[in-house]
Amino acid sequence: MTTLPLTSPAADVDAIRRLIARHKTWDWLFGLLGVFALMFAMLVFAMLFGQMLKNGLPHLSWDFFTSFPSRRAASAGILSAWVGTVLVMLVTALVAVPLGVGAGIYLEEYAPKNLLTDIIEINVTNLAGVPSIIYGLLALGLFVYQFGLGQSIAAAGLTLALLILPVVIVATREAIRTIPQNIREGAYACGATKWQVVSHHVIPYSLPGIMTGVIIGLARAIGETAPIITIGALTFIAFLPPSPFGNPDQLISFDWLTAPFTVMPIQMFNWISRPEEAFQANAAAAGLVLVVMTLSMNAVAIWIRYHFRKKIKW
Amino acid sequence: MSSIPLKPAPQPLIVAAAAGRSLAIPSMNLRRRLTERAIEAVLLLAALVSVFTTLAIVAILVWESIAFFRTVPLLDFLTDTQWTPLFDDAHFGIIALLSGTLTTTIVALLVAIPLGTVLAIYLSEFAPFRVREVAKPFLEMLGGVPTIVYGYFALLFVTPLLQQIYPDLPGFNMLSAGLVMGIMIVPYVSSLSEDAMRAVPMNMREASYAMGATRLQTALFVVTPAALSGIASSYILGISRAVGETMVVAIAAGMQPNFSFNPVEPAATITAYIVQVALGDLPHGSLGYQTIFAAGLTLLLITLLFNIIGHILRKRFREAY
Repeated sequence: MTTLPLTSPAADVDAIRRLIARHKTWDWLFGLLGVFALMFAMLVFAMLFGQMLKNGLPHLSWDFFTSFPSRRAASAGILSAWVGTVLVMLVTALVAVPLGVGAGIYLEEYAPKNLLTDIIEINVTNLAGVPSIIYGLLALGLFVYQFGLGQSIAAAGLTLALLILPVVIVATREAIRTIPQNIREGAYACGATKWQVVSHHVIPYSLPGIMTGVIIGLARAIGETAPIITIGALTFIAFLPPSPFGNPDQLISFDWLTAPFTVMPIQMFNWISRPEEAFQANAAAAGLVLVVMTLSMNAVAIWIRYHFRKKIKW
Repeated sequence: MSSIPLKPAPQPLIVAAAAGRSLAIPSMNLRRRLTERAIEAVLLLAALVSVFTTLAIVAILVWESIAFFRTVPLLDFLTDTQWTPLFDDAHFGIIALLSGTLTTTIVALLVAIPLGTVLAIYLSEFAPFRVREVAKPFLEMLGGVPTIVYGYFALLFVTPLLQQIYPDLPGFNMLSAGLVMGIMIVPYVSSLSEDAMRAVPMNMREASYAMGATRLQTALFVVTPAALSGIASSYILGISRAVGETMVVAIAAGMQPNFSFNPVEPAATITAYIVQVALGDLPHGSLGYQTIFAAGLTLLLITLLFNIIGHILRKRFREAY
């Protein structure tokens, strides 16, 4: 801090003016710094996207989506990878959504204030901070060997479901918390039971928030590579899992659950780690598909949130 | 489960109505209550899955690590500076992996903390509403990009870029992995810090402005100190993300264990080692298989430590106002 000379009033005023001017300059400079930081982040993103676009776009064609991986870079595609990703995500969503939403409803609407509830809450927070590769080790020990699921779609789907469970739980809880208490009281006053209140009011009103959380969770799961590598998923898969409708004896067969598989990020990792330059273009193309998939899911989630935030007025 | 006894009604009309329903009410009540209880039990089970997950993680890691430490003394694990579990001359010094983890984490934090903090202060105190409405979803998207894509970016864009400035840089190095990881963590740091700053009551800012302070002075001397524990907990989260990050380092930093803190060298982190072993074909139950669980347990303990610190900080930050 500068000490002001207290000789004459005129000099005093001048000194104060200079002080203010200096502070305003700093203020302005920091505003500029903030804009630069934001522009830097945008620039990095533009370079990341641009680099992949430059290398990957020439390789993107219909054939890229309908071909199996191959030893020749030019004819290699992502058919088995995207089919694997869709099937794994199906398992993940089917497991994570009921469990996550159920847990969220329990914690917000049912849970008494006791030790068990505290333990569950601390657990959820803690699980959100566990590195994804640890889930891979859990899956390797538990699903692959203890449950004997092997390196299958079921094992991968369950792993990713556990991974995104905290995301779904937290989103559900936050969505439920925004519902005003008088909605519940109104329903109780009409003689509704707890479950009727929850199923007729709480769940429908929190649905946009829950959907946002589920989509963000799934977008994260789609890009997860480490846990799937850890369970030892094969990277060269030139066939599709058995179709659920192919078998004449059963209406729907579940053989695909135990089939070996590959997913988009694994296929991309495989291509990145090849020494041949040509495969890098494949990796870029696969990365482009992956980024477009995750970003559009995130965009949908953000859109749902903004749209319903404006629409709902309690 | 006791059924509610029906009180004698004073009026005959109501008695008739009640008599008509009196047969139905107790059994319906019972069925309803049973359903309600069953639903609550199912929901509780769903909530308990998270507890089981934690227990299973700890059980599996500890179980396999115990088997590992029966062969390898704990002292060797902590003091040896070489990590060559799959060689004939096997060494099991976790320090060689920890050094890689630490170095990449520090490089990442040197990017993420300044950039994330500046962004948080800017978005919370300076940015016009419209800028914020665009910047926040954008940062969220930056956080949503798959880590493997960041790995690709580090190996095939950032490393060649750095090699133009510093030609001796090897193709695999901790520097580019750390830098990219830092960019990746920025959204976490900035969004959590910003939340903490926004939680500071408006009247504190107004008091500061009334004293003639500029936005910067208010941000630095009023808002930041008030939000300090929240900001610190966002840093802690950033650290635990960086420590646990896998694909960026596995792709861009190489997978060769190297006891070095020099960022321009290649090195393996704990996570990269687990990936490397998983890519190979180690038989279930072998010592090599057990090493990844011992490494995983170390990783879990480190992140747990940071999570606990973060939790304590957040709790203090919540109680502040």
